[in-house]
Amino acid sequence: MSVVGYGYAVWAPLIWIVALVVIGVMVLIWRNRGQKSYKKGTAQTDIFLSGARVPPAEQRHVKSENIYWGFFESLKELYDAMMKPHTGIVNDYLLWFVAILAITIPILVLAG
Amino acid sequence: MDFLVTHAPILIVALPLVAAFAIPLISISRGGDRGRNIFSLVIFSLICFLVAILAVNVHTVGIRVYTFGATAAELALPGGYMVPVRIIFEVDGMSMFMGIIITTVTLAALIYSLHFLKGQTGQARFYSLMMLLYAGMIGLAFTGDMFNLFVFLEIASIAGAALAAYRTNMADAVEGGFKYIVISAVSALLVLFAIGILYAQYNVLSIAALAYYMQYTPLDMIALGLLVGALVMKLAGVPLHMWAPDTYTVAPAGTTPMILAASYISMYALYRVTFTMYGGLLNTTAIGWLVIIVGVLSMFVGVMMAVHQTDIKRMMAYHAISQGGYMLLGVGVCLAVITDPVALASYGRDAMNGGIFHIINHVFYKALLFMTAEAIFFRIGTRDTNKMGGLARNMKWTAGFYIIGALAISGIPPFNGFASKLLIYESVLKFSPVLSVIAMFVSLVTLASFAKVFYSAFTGPEMPAYKEVKEVPKSMIIGMSILAVLIIFFGIFPGLIVNTIVAPATNALIDQAAYINAVMGAVP
Repeated sequence: MSVVGYGYAVWAPLIWIVALVVIGVMVLIWRNRGQKSYKKGTAQTDIFLSGARVPPAEQRHVKSENIYWGFFESLKELYDAMMKPHTGIVNDYLLWFVAILAITIPILVLAG
Repeated sequence: MDFLVTHAPILIVALPLVAAFAIPLISISRGGDRGRNIFSLVIFSLICFLVAILAVNVHTVGIRVYTFGATAAELALPGGYMVPVRIIFEVDGMSMFMGIIITTVTLAALIYSLHFLKGQTGQARFYSLMMLLYAGMIGLAFTGDMFNLFVFLEIASIAGAALAAYRTNMADAVEGGFKYIVISAVSALLVLFAIGILYAQYNVLSIAALAYYMQYTPLDMIALGLLVGALVMKLAGVPLHMWAPDTYTVAPAGTTPMILAASYISMYALYRVTFTMYGGLLNTTAIGWLVIIVGVLSMFVGVMMAVHQTDIKRMMAYHAISQGGYMLLGVGVCLAVITDPVALASYGRDAMNGGIFHIINHVFYKALLFMTAEAIFFRIGTRDTNKMGGLARNMKWTAGFYIIGALAISGIPPFNGFASKLLIYESVLKFSPVLSVIAMFVSLVTLASFAKVFYSAFTGPEMPAYKEVKEVPKSMIIGMSILAVLIIFFGIFPGLIVNTIVAPATNALIDQAAYINAVMGAVP
């Protein structure tokens, strides 16, 4: 029931779940062997920035638009090209539709 | 019980239609909002029951034909006639597969919306439109003739556009609804034009009869081109996808998954046209490659645009386009090798199974993800991930559901997305390793994209502005739970799902003769 046979191998999720449970138990055991003197809510848990003032929460959180900045910067040309047709104007969407129909129909007729 | 089994196909379509018109009346009667909500839930529970008994019936008996006005429901051809003249519903494995998807998503959406809409105006219209959208989608899945395919496509489009524009106080919602109705109307007109071309030649509208008499003339090829173009536009395949993020982003939570399902109903119509109506007459290699190209473009462009977004629902909408590419890739590979029995048996059927399996998996996890996004919007009033942070502290359930959906869409085992993606990767690898590598790369970027949003929205320090944010109400959690449970269940028991609902759907599409014979069997 839980097994699917594929071309190269068999996928059995129940084995994965058993493995995940075993790993989870091992992590818990490992965690429980950790530092016992840790006290929540004391200075031990405060942020330490080499003595500098800790900025407020809003400024500490990396904004979504800054994540993967390098990736977007290196693919700037690709993104410029991809963004260009996304004008948000419904007339343009319909122009694309007409263009695709003009390509698809001859292909289908020629392909027979 | 026999009566219900016999008439289930029409009752499943008629009940939501009747309910759609009864709901406003109940709202203004003594029952009020509470009476309307209970009525909607009761009617939809009944529909779920009917879908379940019809699914079992189709699984055990095979294709079900329901002829309107005939002395016996299965009497498609009146005595002495060579063509079916009455309206026919023809429910096979593929129709039922879509029926199960639509019904499950609508149930979750209905429960989710109960609290989501509290205090808002126009609720009666909302539930009416929801029922109409369901009736349009299920009717399209069940119909056996082209004209009713057009009619149901229109019902679903109009209801979907009105639901997308439901929050009329938001300008972008009205714009999203407007774009949806414009592209739907243009697509539907071209579908109608194609139907006209076919009717002018063969004097029939039944899909089975059209498949039986099809000559594949140049006019048929033009009709096919119109149908393919219109349906690819409706299913948001690249490069005709641009309307989808504008519409999905603004639709209210419960209805975004339904509008998404409406796109896949167009995908179903595309498969019905190519596999069942044109079938063996097509140059399947050319059509298969056309579908593969649209699929690969959808995967790549969808995911690359998604990872760049900072609006959480817009990001998910682009992922919907990207995931649609997987489905097209799987089915396209099957189409490309359908005339080669060795390749079909070796990997073509598995590719098709993967593509079809991915439809149900994707609808479930994307519906869940859209609901989590709207749960955030419900509580903090923004979709901008730049303004979010630390929400997992106060919205533990929502964060948990987001993790389940995100892992499933990224194809991480043991969730359902992995099961269907693995089927696609392995079968496509035998066809073309490059396509398989592209599919895996897209999954990687998908994971990166959802990790980015998870970090931005749920982790990080507690934001003072969101200190008082609470978890969403119970009905919204129940709606999301239904989908989360299904995602996990489908992930743990993929063999059961593939054997009971996916393989019959694949067989139904590949076995064109069975569909034709169910209606035209008596014709010499």
